[in-house]
Amino acid sequence: MIGGLFIYNHKGEVLISRVYRDDIGRNAVDAFRVNVIHARQQVRSPVTNIARTSFFHVKRSNIWLAAVTKQNVNAAMVFEFLYKMCDVMAAYFGKISEENIKNNFVLIYELLDEILDFGYPQNSETGALKTFITQQGIKSQTKEEQSQITSQVTGQIGWRREGIKYRRNELFLDVLESVNLLMSPQGQVLSAHVSGRVVMKSYLSGMPECKFGMNDKIVIEKQGKGTADETSKRCLSGKQSIAIDDCTFHQCVRLSKFDSERSISFIPPDGEFELMRYRTTKDIILPFRVIPLVREVGRTKLEVKVVIKSNFKPSLLAQKIEVRIPTPLNTSGVQVICMKGKAKYKASENAIVWKIKRMAGMKESQISAEIELLPTNDKKKWARPPISMNFEVPFAPSGLKVRYLKVFEPKLNYSDHDVIKWVRYIGRSGIYETRC
Amino acid sequence: MPAVSKGDGMRGLAVFISDIRNCKSKEAEIKRINKELANIRSKFKGDKALDGYSKKKYVCKLLFIFLLGHDIDFGHMEAVNLLSSNRYTEKQIGYLFISVLVNSNSELIRLINNAIKNDLASRNPTFMGLALHCIASVGSREMAEAFAGEIPKVLVAGDTMDSVKQSAALCLLRLYRTSPDLVPMGDWTSRVVHLLNDQHLIVTSASTDLQDYTYYFVPAPWLSVKLLRLLQCYPPPEDPAVRGRLTECLETILNKAQEPPKSKKVQHSNAKNAVLFEAISLIIHHDSEPNLLVRACNQLGQFLQHRETNLRYLALESMCTLASSEFSHEAVKTHIETVINALKTERDVSVRQRAVDLLYAMCDRSNAPQIVAEMLSYLETADYSIREEIVLKVAILAEKYAVDYTWYVDTILNLIRIAGDYVSEEVWYRVIQIVINRDDVQGYAAKTVFEALQAPACHENLVKVGGYILGEFGNLIAGDPRSSPLIQFHLLHSKFHLCSVPTRALLLSTYIKFVNLFPEVKPTIQDVLRSDSQLRNADVELQQRAVEYLRLSTVASTDILATVLEEMPPFPERESSILAKLKKKKGPSTVTDLEDTKRDRSVDVNGGPEPAPASTSAVSTPSPSADLLGLGAAPPAPAGPPPSSGGSGLLVDVFSDSASVVAPLAPGSEDNFARFVCKNNGVLFENQLLQIGLKSEFRQNLGRMFIFYGNKTSTQFLNFTPTLICSDDLQPNLNLQTKPVDPTVEGGAQVQQVVNIECVSDFTEAPVLNIQFRYGGTFQNVSVQLPITLNKFFQPTEMASQDFFQRWKQLSNPQQEVQNIFKAKHPMDTEVTKAKIIGFGSALLEEVDPNPANFVGAGIIHTKTTQIGCLLRLEPNLQAQMYRLTLRTSKEAVSQRLCELLSAQF
Repeated sequence: MIGGLFIYNHKGEVLISRVYRDDIGRNAVDAFRVNVIHARQQVRSPVTNIARTSFFHVKRSNIWLAAVTKQNVNAAMVFEFLYKMCDVMAAYFGKISEENIKNNFVLIYELLDEILDFGYPQNSETGALKTFITQQGIKSQTKEEQSQITSQVTGQIGWRREGIKYRRNELFLDVLESVNLLMSPQGQVLSAHVSGRVVMKSYLSGMPECKFGMNDKIVIEKQGKGTADETSKRCLSGKQSIAIDDCTFHQCVRLSKFDSERSISFIPPDGEFELMRYRTTKDIILPFRVIPLVREVGRTKLEVKVVIKSNFKPSLLAQKIEVRIPTPLNTSGVQVICMKGKAKYKASENAIVWKIKRMAGMKESQISAEIELLPTNDKKKWARPPISMNFEVPFAPSGLKVRYLKVFEPKLNYSDHDVIKWVRYIGRSGIYETRC
Repeated sequence: MPAVSKGDGMRGLAVFISDIRNCKSKEAEIKRINKELANIRSKFKGDKALDGYSKKKYVCKLLFIFLLGHDIDFGHMEAVNLLSSNRYTEKQIGYLFISVLVNSNSELIRLINNAIKNDLASRNPTFMGLALHCIASVGSREMAEAFAGEIPKVLVAGDTMDSVKQSAALCLLRLYRTSPDLVPMGDWTSRVVHLLNDQHLIVTSASTDLQDYTYYFVPAPWLSVKLLRLLQCYPPPEDPAVRGRLTECLETILNKAQEPPKSKKVQHSNAKNAVLFEAISLIIHHDSEPNLLVRACNQLGQFLQHRETNLRYLALESMCTLASSEFSHEAVKTHIETVINALKTERDVSVRQRAVDLLYAMCDRSNAPQIVAEMLSYLETADYSIREEIVLKVAILAEKYAVDYTWYVDTILNLIRIAGDYVSEEVWYRVIQIVINRDDVQGYAAKTVFEALQAPACHENLVKVGGYILGEFGNLIAGDPRSSPLIQFHLLHSKFHLCSVPTRALLLSTYIKFVNLFPEVKPTIQDVLRSDSQLRNADVELQQRAVEYLRLSTVASTDILATVLEEMPPFPERESSILAKLKKKKGPSTVTDLEDTKRDRSVDVNGGPEPAPASTSAVSTPSPSADLLGLGAAPPAPAGPPPSSGGSGLLVDVFSDSASVVAPLAPGSEDNFARFVCKNNGVLFENQLLQIGLKSEFRQNLGRMFIFYGNKTSTQFLNFTPTLICSDDLQPNLNLQTKPVDPTVEGGAQVQQVVNIECVSDFTEAPVLNIQFRYGGTFQNVSVQLPITLNKFFQPTEMASQDFFQRWKQLSNPQQEVQNIFKAKHPMDTEVTKAKIIGFGSALLEEVDPNPANFVGAGIIHTKTTQIGCLLRLEPNLQAQMYRLTLRTSKEAVSQRLCELLSAQF
């Protein structure tokens, strides 16, 4: 279990220190600072073992969050907790920065008391926390309200309180995906996967029961067996369903129902939450193709030509496209010519950065650069790091489609038709690299 | 760049450094550095030539980046360019860069060396200084190679400035330290020594300011210390005048020490004492002026009670060396009380350690009891870190200065009692050696250990000593009813179960010694030995001892017991093993008394009590196991070789033959096959991968052959399948039975296959052994003839001359006789021939043939169906180097086959 939690600023000064267990001594704070934050070599591993003590850290801008334990804990659980902790803090005071933490340290200690008990993670749902940890003065609550908090926090549905009312029942569904790719210079896919999340924002009255449907292969096939015309329809329209490798759900989803019927039904928390996370590896739509061409001209010159091709419906527009072409460490000068967007050699990052604001589907664009090199007596050859790319596209590269999201609230008199629903797909690049 | 920044301060550099310092994170710092590096690269690459100032600035930045821990792989050229600049600051930065970032690029090194040479040749002292500094700080072998000849010239040149000379001397020193072989010291020493005089002069005359130079009222302490230390490198001067002056100087220093301090500052006393201690070291080094030595000793005595811990430490240390000098030994001894006091009251462990050293050094016959007693009493409270050393020292002193050996025994037993854990093996081995070698203390020792063992909890080492001594000399105290044999035994046995295995083994030996010493306790001891906890002990050593001792005590007569378990003979006198141990611990220099001999280990072996049990067990084994061996050795046939030559032969054969077998091998090599006709064991086949060894025995018509397949490689054989193939003719006559072997043979391993053989009827061919296996990726197939021949089923028959000729005549049928005349292939040696005939299987009959040079043999071939009598006669002709072999058997085919086989042997 987590023995303690520390928050440091970029210099390694301790901003927050909360120790939950006696086996974590005071020196643990310094051990992490000395061995990780001030380490001579940059520490890449998020888990560090120092003198039989494990430190799990995440970094948010210049802030280090470190969970400490002496026990053999589930590392995934600790990181899940740390991420949750970041979310909670962000929900309370916005960006996680040194100043914000300093201004809210009382609140943070209060939160830490609530979400970790003797090192065991507790309810970390922002909505629920906000009902009893507030940033303003606490209104004098009636006895009734107080007892309600207790029953709600300890009850079966800890993430939603009763008696919520909206004039307009509305919900937003975002399918956010990041597509990861490693491609060989010849255009062969070496590895590719999509990790996605379904984020829901709900403004629904009462205790609505929701049911979420998507084009999961298993569900579709099961239904297909039932009705013949469905099967034929699928055959006609080609790729309709997707194979999901693994998925995790928000705690509100009834897992027993998912296991037996593979249907996703739940009573949502109020406001924004992450309904599910998933990963797919098959039949991924790669939005962009990068074709690199690197030619070494003698020892002092390098010619680079990169073509990018967009590979989706022409009616869609990709945004925030950025191609990063690494340059050798002994670059002494760069000339770039590109037809579209802007390109610049960034010496501080040892790369040429090419930015395009918008690009429609089925188009291609090209950049060529001449790189001058300074001859060095170093025998090491340039390692040629891969060309990486960033973008945003308005569809889900995994092919996931939301089929329905039904809302039932039997007690209040509004039906599924009365709820206004919004669905949005955003595909982003994860690590999208092409070797050159 | 604006003109303002052309000064010495490099604004760009300052800005860069402050940028770096202001970076909030490592990433930001790396970004800034990357940007700067790109900028510098573009500047260096640029077509426009850079001026000295910019070059200096960029090289400086590179240096700074390098010192931040980033790799720098360019800029060396620019730095070398800076070397040829005439500005001091530029040259300085260039040299700095080069001495920090040494590059092994040969071309660059050449340029650098050139630049350094130019600077050395220039008459500018600052430039020369820079060059010398660079050489010294790089200090590599290449540098030494390039400049070893140059620098001494600079050093001794008449017109070099003093500061440059100083640099040159230091630089030379550095090169001399890194590569002494390259620096031609021989030629230059005299001139350098001359230089020393020169510097003396500088010191005394030229720099009059030195006269004034006092450091807290001590005149030039560093110089004095250096000079005194220098003098310690030389023997005392021969010239009486010089000697007188030196003594005078030293006396002055000692006098000065007596003067009241001129300042209360710690620096004053430090400087003063530094000079004083160097002077004392010099006095000790010379070791020739008794007067001075005694004065030094007295001075040190004063320091012994000084407030300053460091001073006390130094005083004790110096006194240690003083104690070994004949002149001052007595003087040192007068301080014994102070030193003992220091041992007791001193707070710092290192000082106490020195006190122990000093006590050890000043100990002699007169004060040994006192010192040993003090050390023993100190041992009870001593720090753990120095206990073992004190134990060793006490043990040595006690032995060395023991007038009365009872005192010695008491001391050591005390030592074990007080610090048993720190008493190493050597110490108690030594006690036993001494007790055994000295008759006069044996009784006393036995009595003392007996009393010491009475303590309810005593150290295991004491049990060891007690067990050994009582086992040897328990009889000396057995007369006293308080220490009767039974009481002695029970006392020892009460400790038995608390001890470790080696001690228990020792105690078991003691018990068997008791059986010899005191016959009355024999039943008790036998009971103990018989108990399951001994006879079935999990530890092999204990179990074996228990079994053997029990057997010995029951089987052997009193006489035998007395011989086997006799008192140990005296140990040969040799250097104390403890001393060797102490030397090992402290290094040879601190133990000065005895020369070092490396017999440490042999002392361990012989010095310990272990030999006793070892010898007893060796003697005691025969009784039970001799019978076992005897069974096997009983000869089944009165004459001739036993059908199986003993198992030990195999190994010998394997080794003796293996060299000759390496010759080319084909499947079924005849040579090897023939060698096995007359013998049963050996190597049948060998190549780089596989070795096949044989061991076989035959009795009548049955035989058993052990085939050993040895994997000579380090990789395993897979699918290893040996098959025995009998041809169709052979099949009905010879029965071979075997079990399949494990299909994998590990690298370096050997597998065994047993073949049971039955001879049904006589046969001529030999079975073939075919081996198939996979080695690495390749398939291997080997075939060899298995040497199972008809003569193996020979049973020798002894008969008299008359009988022989009678039978010979009976087999006179022409088909029954086979004769072969052939040329000898081997030298004709009678003994070898005899051995071969015996090995062939028949009996060799002496005094049968009227011609003594002829060989006559007889035997019966056993097969399942019949028995075939067989007579043979071999007539050598030495002149012609020929043999005539005649064989008569009752069966023609047998005669034929046997003749073939035997003829091939000669």
